[in-house]
Amino acid sequence: MSDLVTLTIDGTELSVPKGTRVADAAKSVGIDIPVFCHHPKLEPVGACRMCLVEIGMPMRDRATGEPMLNEDGSPKINFGRGLQTSCTAVVGEGMVVHTDTEAVTDVRGTLLEFQLVNHPLDCPICDKGGECPLQNLVMDHGKMESRVYFEDKRRSDKHVSLGDLIFLDRERCIQCARCIRFQDEVADDRVLQFHNRGVNLEIVTMSDPGFDSYWSGNTTDICPVGALTTADFRFGARPWEMTPSASICSQCAVGCNMTVNTRREARSGGKPVIKRILPRQNEAVNELWLCDKGRFTHDYVASPERLTSPMMRKDGELVAVSWDEALNAAAEGLQAASSVAGLAGQRLSNEDYFMLQKLFRKGLKSGNLDVNNRQIGGGDVVAQVGIAAGSDLQQLGKGDAILVVASDLHEEAPLWWLRVKQAADRGAALVVINGRSTRLSSHATHNLQADSGDIVATVRQLVSMAKVETDGTGALDAAAETLITANNLVAFYGYEGLSYEETESLAKALANLLLIQMDGEPHVGRMNNGLIPVWPYANTQGAWDMGIHPALLPSYKAAKMTGMDAVAMFAGAADGSLDALYVVGADPIGDGWMADRGKLGLLIVQELFMTKTAVTADIIFPAQSWAERDGTFTNGERRVQRYYPAIRPAGDSRPDWQILSQLGERVGAGKAETVTSLVFRSLTKAARQYKGMDYRSLGQVEAQWPVVGGDDRYYGGNAFANTAGLGKQWAAVAESKAVKQFEMDDAVSSREDGLLLINAASLYTAGTLIDKSAVLAPRMAKITLTINPVDATAYEDGDTLMVRTDRVTVQATAVVSDDVMVGTAVLRGVKAMNGTAVARLSKIKE
Amino acid sequence: MFETFAALAQGMATSFKHLFMKPVTIQYPEEKRQVHERFKGRHVLNRYDNGLEKCIGCALCAAACPADAIFVEAAENSDDERYSPGERFASTYEINLLRCIFCGYCEDACPTEAITLEHNYELSFYDREGAIYTKDMLIVDVPVNGRSTPQPVEPGAFNRAIPEMEDPK
Repeated sequence: MSDLVTLTIDGTELSVPKGTRVADAAKSVGIDIPVFCHHPKLEPVGACRMCLVEIGMPMRDRATGEPMLNEDGSPKINFGRGLQTSCTAVVGEGMVVHTDTEAVTDVRGTLLEFQLVNHPLDCPICDKGGECPLQNLVMDHGKMESRVYFEDKRRSDKHVSLGDLIFLDRERCIQCARCIRFQDEVADDRVLQFHNRGVNLEIVTMSDPGFDSYWSGNTTDICPVGALTTADFRFGARPWEMTPSASICSQCAVGCNMTVNTRREARSGGKPVIKRILPRQNEAVNELWLCDKGRFTHDYVASPERLTSPMMRKDGELVAVSWDEALNAAAEGLQAASSVAGLAGQRLSNEDYFMLQKLFRKGLKSGNLDVNNRQIGGGDVVAQVGIAAGSDLQQLGKGDAILVVASDLHEEAPLWWLRVKQAADRGAALVVINGRSTRLSSHATHNLQADSGDIVATVRQLVSMAKVETDGTGALDAAAETLITANNLVAFYGYEGLSYEETESLAKALANLLLIQMDGEPHVGRMNNGLIPVWPYANTQGAWDMGIHPALLPSYKAAKMTGMDAVAMFAGAADGSLDALYVVGADPIGDGWMADRGKLGLLIVQELFMTKTAVTADIIFPAQSWAERDGTFTNGERRVQRYYPAIRPAGDSRPDWQILSQLGERVGAGKAETVTSLVFRSLTKAARQYKGMDYRSLGQVEAQWPVVGGDDRYYGGNAFANTAGLGKQWAAVAESKAVKQFEMDDAVSSREDGLLLINAASLYTAGTLIDKSAVLAPRMAKITLTINPVDATAYEDGDTLMVRTDRVTVQATAVVSDDVMVGTAVLRGVKAMNGTAVARLSKIKE
Repeated sequence: MFETFAALAQGMATSFKHLFMKPVTIQYPEEKRQVHERFKGRHVLNRYDNGLEKCIGCALCAAACPADAIFVEAAENSDDERYSPGERFASTYEINLLRCIFCGYCEDACPTEAITLEHNYELSFYDREGAIYTKDMLIVDVPVNGRSTPQPVEPGAFNRAIPEMEDPK
């Protein structure tokens, strides 16, 4: 308890942790001190002076050091001569704070008058108008009359494009530097800066392209005025006109909580459309942030290319038919087929996966189920030693360690990158093992570059070093020592440069590392310890949990008979041994897994868009997008989170689970389900990890710090208070019983001779959904090939190269850099694939 | 008895007197009654003298409307296609006159005096959709010497958010 400090604010006595700022302390007892530059997630600067309060400390006798007392025995308080900024002042024992004296009120009015000297007061057309901290504070504390002539206001540019995503209005800026500090401290993309001084101070971007950051949208949220606005929402709607709906991002495995703002619109015939997406507070998942991909990728939902009615091939042409006709034909076709298989995308909800496996296992008596683009294995290992329920990366700091293997978190799961980086900033040891330098490497305590093909071997060597106490001095030894002696250890693993089988052994190797007992305790089964897979999609975890796997039933029970996996399905389609394929939310032809539909007798596709696979299908079912329906996603930390419908369905589309259950009813898989929450209820009975969860408990919230989104005047920024659920993590096996070390095969290096090509992920890689985003279009990743100068003797920066491997032939721009190791080339901007391949390069003459 | 006849005579006298008075009824629609200056009839969207629209698409009228009769969608002006002097204009402006209660709050909320309730009270529709007046129906004619919108203008000529033009008349 010695870490608590007791002080009095406006007569309320409170105890807060040492080091708390006065403004935060006041908020914790419900006293709002107005702020502009202060933000609870940023370091204080004391730039705006809005939070000035009277702060007094008890006086002590200089000679004796004894507290001085008034005549009535109360301690004598010295308030000093002036006011102090409560955002920078740290609480002290016995401190007395007055926030409502005449001096404080007076200075607030004066400061606001000062802020408005050059502010254009164009609130009627400002996108922030209605949710603007400056507007709110002026209404609360302002003097309501200006002594400044309107004509004397500083004039400046009103429509400055900071890159393609963010617009700056220089007149509205009040120079609080929140955006600059966010970019520097939180995002570590130092692309914004102040230019000039005094009244001419302006925000400039120093990058090319402008504001080159995956986090730019967050600066518009935290801007306390309307100076920064996003391109997709510019003049889109007034804040009070929109309806918020809680949602979960469907773009990566982090599962960021967000709020979809919708409004009726003339262009949609009076139906609600998505106007913007804002973060929703979940301190254990995404805090108050969202990456730009999550924020701006929603355009596909309203795309005119969406499928709106069921279709069937008649006389070689796809024609629109009724649901009943399509469902009956699909049921007949599947039952008549000699062999059937189901292939699912990895963005479906848990309910969809559950109904899919029910359709196949119960209705069609087939275990041929797998996910498309399966890139990372080890879901069964994660179920054993996954990060423990209740963990929060925000709690990791000094004395803890994080290990990241074969993943570029910045490109694959930006929010995890942010939180891992911040943990490293707080003092956590960070060990990065990869075939090349990534964004995270510069924050790493130990950055170990493993030769491509040897990543798993390197990790296994690390694990064996950690098992025995060695006195080695090598980098690997030091890293092993750091990891194993850490109080808490979290390990992330991905698939960069690894085959699917290698990711499986990597998961086991990391599990063995976590299972090593240090002082009798392994790094599993307790909070802030365990394994996190960097799944390539939003609900890969759910696909594992629901048994979309040829050998695993829901809740990881082994199936009696192993079915066909995705690779076998593609081969079966090509050689005719597979008769019917049912594809849900996936595009195996577009992704290059299948050349065409091959000898399939029946191809059924359930999709949002007319993909390359759908074009060749016999029956197409139009599905609802994530914004049009409810459901649950399970993120990489195994947190089951619920999302809610925001807009009305496109055309005649139906939710995936409904299509699957209506089809299931026709093939004898039980009565069709009608309500998502009831599907979830039956799902919890089959998947025992989900036991005890229901839509109500997933929708429960608890108080979070910092307090956001209320009517208060303290946190000035757009973020939504979470009122729709924080989700629930399911417990890994290690949390209730001991897990044994995993058996592993002998390590085999997959190192081949020649220039090895690693396929690295880029956040903005072209895909069916992101391609529809008008805002992100100019930012889409260009196809580049990074080569070490040693290998690039014949090529220069900027050359156009033809890259050929066994699997891909692609044209790429050369980047010569020693970020990659000799003998390795890194291909970016094409859909990421597993493993390494020998690349043959040739220069294209211009 | 006398009192009864007196009352009767009085009533008859009133009727008789009205035979020679000017009638209050008028021959609508040939004849139209003059309304008071502050009469609140159908809204119009006004223009500046040069033809630019006064409406900046701020939707404060829609926010003020107690009957939720107004719907506004905004878009950004460019110098090639300028509708209003500032950055923003109303790309969609609709008033559902079946919902409107002619309270005039929209007029009060408008920061540019773009919307005013005028003297037109002749509102009749064949169906409910006909009661939704769009921007084309609400906006006044282009003044003499003015140009229609959108109009191309000199770059940078209208860079203020809230236009600084002479007080709207």
